[in-house]
Amino acid sequence: MRHGKKRGVQHDESWIGGYRSYDLVKEFVVATIVVSLLTVVLAAVFSSPDEKQVTLARWAAASPNDFVATAVTELDGTSGTAGYGAPYTHEPSAAQKIGPLKPQNWPGVTIPVDTANDFVVRPLRGVPGDPALSSSLAQWSGATPDQQQAWASAYDDALQKATDNDPAKVAAGDYGPVPVMLDRLRAMAQSGGLDGALLAQGRFYQTDYTKPLLYLADGAYLEDLARAQHLGGDQWGMMNETGNYPGQAWLWLYTFWYQVKPFSTSDNADALVWGLMMVLTLGFILIPFIPGVRSVPRHLKVYRLIWRNYYRTVEAHR
Amino acid sequence: MTATTPSSPPGERSWTARTRKRAVGAFPPDQLLPDRQPVYVASWIYVFGVLTISALLVVLASGGILALKGPTWWHTSWVGHYVNSLHLWSVELFMAFMVIHLWGKFFMAAWRGRRAMTWITGAIAFLASIGTAFTGYLVQQNFDSQWISTQAKDGLNSVGIGAYFNVLDFGQMLLWHIVVLPLALGVIVLVHVLLVRLRGVVPPYPARTAEPPPADRGTP
Repeated sequence: MRHGKKRGVQHDESWIGGYRSYDLVKEFVVATIVVSLLTVVLAAVFSSPDEKQVTLARWAAASPNDFVATAVTELDGTSGTAGYGAPYTHEPSAAQKIGPLKPQNWPGVTIPVDTANDFVVRPLRGVPGDPALSSSLAQWSGATPDQQQAWASAYDDALQKATDNDPAKVAAGDYGPVPVMLDRLRAMAQSGGLDGALLAQGRFYQTDYTKPLLYLADGAYLEDLARAQHLGGDQWGMMNETGNYPGQAWLWLYTFWYQVKPFSTSDNADALVWGLMMVLTLGFILIPFIPGVRSVPRHLKVYRLIWRNYYRTVEAHR
Repeated sequence: MTATTPSSPPGERSWTARTRKRAVGAFPPDQLLPDRQPVYVASWIYVFGVLTISALLVVLASGGILALKGPTWWHTSWVGHYVNSLHLWSVELFMAFMVIHLWGKFFMAAWRGRRAMTWITGAIAFLASIGTAFTGYLVQQNFDSQWISTQAKDGLNSVGIGAYFNVLDFGQMLLWHIVVLPLALGVIVLVHVLLVRLRGVVPPYPARTAEPPPADRGTP
């Protein structure tokens, strides 16, 4: 037995029994070889998923009606992103709550998104040689915010009533420049131009996909694809990935709460689940200091299975 | 260079000498790399700690190759795709081994006998691993990344974290995944292993006797 001699250093003093030979280095080398070989075999046999990403061009081509229906909500401020609140928009009442607390609002709007301008108007300004579009944009910019809102809302309502939400089947009405703007935005998206315009945001180098992803997530197309792969939040999707792969199985507890009441039916599910998991995580780290919990292993007695040889030997001598 | 006084041996009072003395005092070679263990260290459960570290090395090696070639390589090359598969499966093994190791240590109440910090560093390593794996899913640049990031943002935003940790920002997530979190995980695993060496492997609960049960309390 060794004893620590210096300040703050205290070696293991709790064992006064016998020792056995134990080749740590050999164990480590063998383990590394075994794990490496196992990985090589698993990778060769099962490969890894790489489902092609969704672009705005693909979305606009595959589901143009959904694309336009989403675009008009970005204009009239009713999209998921427009009404999201912090950290994207100034909408304090949208924040999720944990009791009286709204931690979502505490940092404020750190990633500002103006859906009408960022997702629709600004990208359209980059389209050259289209007099009808230029005229529509001038009309939009010259109108008051109330007028803009009235045009966009009226078109949004009409689009929802149209068969298949098809812009070509929208009833006649006072929509101002909105139909032309959204038609050109759809064409721009289908050509691939909108993907670049939303990402670039006036810069050459860019690695921040916040805006294109928010736009994608506002539509139904991305979610429909995900649900078809059983990736929805109520399908244990948080821990799954595409194809028949294990995914992030270690997130099972996070995912579990989303499947049960009151979380599954709450408007504050995210905040409640994350708040709960933060508390549980702290408890997990501090198990050694929590009376009752720290004694659970002693009551479970699984340790007698782990140390069965030791107990067999010691208790046989008594 | 620091001058020494005539009364003190050269170098004895230097920061370097003090650090060496402290380190060797805390971790003498036979404690840092012992060739014997208490007799109770005789179960397959003990192998999973080493298996976890071995898998971590494979994760770092395969991830290192992916980093060298850049984030788009594995989408356009079959070799790259295979290396990505190595990375994925080594992560799955790493997490599986770590969870088994964790449950084993829980059932042993391995925080007993001044080993609370060993448990705490292990728990934090587990959490850092979850974060590292999660950011890995975010930077795959495929459908999984799109879906996972757009879903995860709601949870993170709801508690205020998303304002600073933006899962939709590929550049930020890539740097967290290949620099910040692996560095943090490496340091915490190193501290964890050193604590295991310092405090030793937790001994069994006492065998059945008429004596009162021992305390389960963990102290740092």
